Amino acid sequence: MSVRRLSPNQPASFEFSAETKKQADWWISKFPAGRQQSAVIPILWLVQKQEGWVSEPAIRLIAELLGMAQIRVLEVATFYTMFMLEPVGSHALVQVCGTTPCALRGANELMAHCKKRLGPKDHLSADGKFYWQEVECLGACSNAPMAAINDYYYEDLTVETLDQVLDEFAAGKPRAPGSVIGRSGSAPEGGALTLSDASLYDGTRAKPIKSLPNAPKPSKGAKEPAQ
Amino acid sequence: MVGILQDKDRIFTNLYGLHDWGLEGAKQRGAWNGTREMLKQTPEWLCDQIKASGLRGRGGAGFGTGLKWTFMPKQESERPHYLVVNADESEPGTCKDREIMRNDPHLLIEGCLIASYAIRAHTCYIYIRGEYVHERERLEAAIKQAYAAKLIGKGNVHGWDFDLHVTHGGGAYICGDETALMESLEGKKGQPRLKPPFPAGAGIYGCPTTINNVESISVVGTILRRGAEWFSSFGRPNNTGTKLMAISGHVNKPCVVEEAMSIPLKQLLEEHCGGIRGGWGNLKAVIPGGSSVRMIPAHEAETALMDFDSLSALKSGLGTAAVIVMDQSTDIVKAIARLSYFYKHESCGQCTPCREGTGWMWRVMERMVTGEAEMREIDMLLDVASQVEGHTICGLGDAAAWPIQGLFRHFRHEVEDRITQYRAGRPHVQGASLQAAE
Repeated sequence: MSVRRLSPNQPASFEFSAETKKQADWWISKFPAGRQQSAVIPILWLVQKQEGWVSEPAIRLIAELLGMAQIRVLEVATFYTMFMLEPVGSHALVQVCGTTPCALRGANELMAHCKKRLGPKDHLSADGKFYWQEVECLGACSNAPMAAINDYYYEDLTVETLDQVLDEFAAGKPRAPGSVIGRSGSAPEGGALTLSDASLYDGTRAKPIKSLPNAPKPSKGAKEPAQ
Repeated sequence: MVGILQDKDRIFTNLYGLHDWGLEGAKQRGAWNGTREMLKQTPEWLCDQIKASGLRGRGGAGFGTGLKWTFMPKQESERPHYLVVNADESEPGTCKDREIMRNDPHLLIEGCLIASYAIRAHTCYIYIRGEYVHERERLEAAIKQAYAAKLIGKGNVHGWDFDLHVTHGGGAYICGDETALMESLEGKKGQPRLKPPFPAGAGIYGCPTTINNVESISVVGTILRRGAEWFSSFGRPNNTGTKLMAISGHVNKPCVVEEAMSIPLKQLLEEHCGGIRGGWGNLKAVIPGGSSVRMIPAHEAETALMDFDSLSALKSGLGTAAVIVMDQSTDIVKAIARLSYFYKHESCGQCTPCREGTGWMWRVMERMVTGEAEMREIDMLLDVASQVEGHTICGLGDAAAWPIQGLFRHFRHEVEDRITQYRAGRPHVQGASLQAAE
């Protein structure tokens, strides 16, 4: 388990912005009536997008919005590790994946560099621009090592390229996320070895299928679907 | 040609995002073709076809997808049915569902509609892991296209009212367990539920629910279009079909690729990934199915097939077919210790053996890395691992024990050497030879 506590320094109050409130209502509408609690994780996330982190007044307000006991929102906020419980860097929240597949390809060097450049993990950097963390597997293992910076994935990193990416964030002009060595998604480096058959893409597959393989004969096939 | 599977038999034709992910592009590649015909059939026929195809769940456990669908009640009562798609892809090594959601989202959406009809559900939730922000945005956009084209939604062209929603988690590996996912979807901490009741009886909101992996659902449309026999013609009996395989670690070109089941592991690595860094002889061990399965050493990897039966015969598993490759330069004890840290970090804390055991095992593993342990602690560690395994509500306890068991099964001598070396030259360590005392 990871033990997580609220920050000792809390703001006096919190208000939803108009946009956050609109988005929150959209999330609530996805779930059946009376099940608005289901929207608690997405709404905590919206709050984090608005403020950069999740504060105690925000937790109280979310509980009020969803008709939940405050403790229930608090336990969700502390259980899920994506919720930042203290202020993060003004320019970038850097989350370096440290789990084995990334570690095998150099994540430890990336983290050593982050430590050198930004200071200890789970702390604001000296200039307040950055906050870096070691996180568990982010699910981009074929593009290891990687880091999620402000939610989007920067993949196939080296110490040098990570440094460049951080420079760009510091300057407020980050590059588009994705593989920094130009791989297309998770295709092998140098280009895909498969999926080169042109007939996959020329519309052959879009020709209407008259009858499905193994389908029972028309008497049944013509029946309207059961409602 | 590389590998076994031919391009014409690939289901995920936009795996690398080189083509249009949107509705028009997907239709051009064959998605949504014949869907109306499929929904004219009976749900029983659909379940039978999927059963006949031999499709086994792609999320790791390998349970028959068609069979799972038949567990749902045959008639809808006052409790609505739900389909939940498990897109909480967090198993270290696994990055295949991500490619589906960002590059071929319409195959998933189509599959959701068909599967929902087969289990008589009018609502489906896709629960995607919180960190996949880009993938979620892409999926939301694709769903919007499908609604606009009246492919899904109320009064859609397929004649089966169907609502599809995306929801997301908050970065907890445990929510990949189906019952923890349901808790999380309901807005609670993701702590697994006891089974029974099984989800098909009482799932989300106490209603009958089927939970399937993204890949299992996404292949359904193509299986029905091309026939169950087509799908089952790949791989060995009981291990049929095509499968997305994600290769990471010490290969020259890590990638995700769709291949036929039962492809030899060596062929997969040599042909699709440019081989092991430094040649096949430099291979040390492979974790073939995501971090939770036991590793296999190089000599077993030589002949292993990428399927359920071959790998479980080697006391490993296919899992999610996420192959983590480790060459001779790997500190294999450290690699497994890092996985132990992962499980310690991700334990939800509900069951004592897992909450306490994962932390305990990680701390001992860290000492094994440096060699600062005692010989007898190896057996003690294995004993504790076997006591965590099978004594927890969900599979995380098992998953934490297996990598450690795999390590000692094949590389116990390495740990022993390390302990011996640590002691040599340290006369003050208890048990070391006291030559210097004279």
